Amino acid sequence: MAKSRVDRPVRTLLSPWTLEHRRGKVGYWLVFTLVISLFTLAFVVPLIWMLLGAMKTAPELAANPPTLLPDSFNVSAYTEAWSFMELAKYFGNTVLIATGAWLIQLAVDVPAAYALSKLRPVLGKWILGGMLATLMLPASALLVPTYLAITDVPIFGVNLVNSPAAIWLPAAANAFNIYLLKRFFDQIPTELLDAARIDGAGSVTTMVRIVLPLSRPILAVVSIFAIVAAWKDFIWPLLVLQDPGVQTLSVALQRFEPDTPINLMLAGLVLASIPMVVAFLIFQRQILAGLTAGSLKG
Amino acid sequence: MSTTTALAPDADQRPARAPERHFTKLRRKVTDNLTAYGFLCAALVVFALFSWYPIVRGVLLSFQQVNFVSAAEWVGWDNFETLFADPLFGIAWRNTLLFTGLALVVGFVIPFAVALVLNELRHMKGYFRVVVYLPVMLPPVVVAILWKWFYDPGPGLFNSILRTVGLPPLSWLNSADTSMLSLVLVATWASMGSATLIYLAALQTIPGDLYEAAELDGANLWQRLRHVTIPQTRFVLLIMMLMQIVATMQVFTEPYVMTGGGPEDSTVTVLLLLYRYAFTYNDFGTASAMSLLLFLALGAFSALYLRLTRTKG
Repeated sequence: MAKSRVDRPVRTLLSPWTLEHRRGKVGYWLVFTLVISLFTLAFVVPLIWMLLGAMKTAPELAANPPTLLPDSFNVSAYTEAWSFMELAKYFGNTVLIATGAWLIQLAVDVPAAYALSKLRPVLGKWILGGMLATLMLPASALLVPTYLAITDVPIFGVNLVNSPAAIWLPAAANAFNIYLLKRFFDQIPTELLDAARIDGAGSVTTMVRIVLPLSRPILAVVSIFAIVAAWKDFIWPLLVLQDPGVQTLSVALQRFEPDTPINLMLAGLVLASIPMVVAFLIFQRQILAGLTAGSLKG
Repeated sequence: MSTTTALAPDADQRPARAPERHFTKLRRKVTDNLTAYGFLCAALVVFALFSWYPIVRGVLLSFQQVNFVSAAEWVGWDNFETLFADPLFGIAWRNTLLFTGLALVVGFVIPFAVALVLNELRHMKGYFRVVVYLPVMLPPVVVAILWKWFYDPGPGLFNSILRTVGLPPLSWLNSADTSMLSLVLVATWASMGSATLIYLAALQTIPGDLYEAAELDGANLWQRLRHVTIPQTRFVLLIMMLMQIVATMQVFTEPYVMTGGGPEDSTVTVLLLLYRYAFTYNDFGTASAMSLLLFLALGAFSALYLRLTRTKG
């Protein structure tokens, strides 16, 4: 119990009174033990089972009932999986796609939201309405026509299939980002921008030097959403990255799954999970704050 | 589409106007607008190409037959007739509704119950939050492959546990009776972290005096839950329910990776069938007709969701 402190005087469903009685205390610790066991069983044990599974040999994995711990803690499956499935290549592809999707979303959506919030051009309301209207469409309803737009981009006439741009460009058309950013920019007082203008700052300078530094929290939220979504996405990369050489980890793992020995597959799953899990453990405060901010409060 | 791209301004044109005093105001307005559209132009282009144009094209495609060799051909309601004649179409909708229904029973009630309990616990709160959210960070494909291994009827984790505690093993994904429920369990495990933490945040905004007042009026635990907690979180609950309906009706990764639609078509979902029409049969017209129907089914939920979050959130 490293963190055992009563840190919230806030009243909840149970009254603090109940918990001070002897019966209440016993009940509390019973429930606490039950919940912590169930949580560990439900969310930690499966992941440990995966980690251990990758250390077992193929015959050991086929044994019924399974061994609790591997006969020997052998990590060779990890290195073997790395070369067998060419994971380095797919990690590289995924990093490239996630980074590009993140940067292009910031580069496109931040100025757009800034213009709609502070520069307020003619027709701005209509444009914002047109963007937000796209949120009403379930993403999968647009799968087919967007795929066709990728195979033959209107006006430009290029085929983006197998190019990272096939993921980056549609990702930039993200109305949710624009909505979140615009709402945040709306709260920045106009006087601040007027002062900058009187001092001779142009719109770009004002955005970069005044608005963006104030907007770090929302930029963090948008960035986290962008990177996590790109890393987790499956159906869209499955459609537009058909050449095995350019696929992301998710698409590649799914393609390898039918004919890869299970211990190597498990090692591959562990390796593919590590970056996001580590990022989560490091940035958990920001990620969990962004979760509630993004979904409800904006 | 051409109007939106025509709006993209040429930044160099700005100072060209003669600076006459009468026109200062007008000129300022024009300059401001050109600047604003300069900021907006990239977004307008990507929205036009990859969002607005596909929306229009999707509707048109529903009434067309395309083969990418000759020009698209108008076929009226043929695509919809193809769908209604396909026995899998009805099955896919039934399966999807079953998935959504089960996901609501399992995936809507459990996170709220978990959040309620977590909100009462005073120790190790950080651990609970991190642990329940961990699966959300895993790529869905990883989760699907991992659980496929857990569901293995022979040496799989779940049947081993069942055998250990003396229960009969289940066939999980291998039987049409349990396949959909198995998919719901994976999907719930993988996504309940976000719902739980959102509920937890909502529970923490409930003012404590409401509970105290209710208690003074003699309300017991159950009555406090019914008359304080639930009304106070009603808005969040409604939003999350709408969001969950929209998300679960589009289920694809789990059936695609774990069952491929089987056994006996018991896990063919709307999106899986749509995928087959488009990318196995190359029948983009019929696939678009199906997208249109999916949109009509979900549009109302999405619109209500947006309305609620925009006005009240």
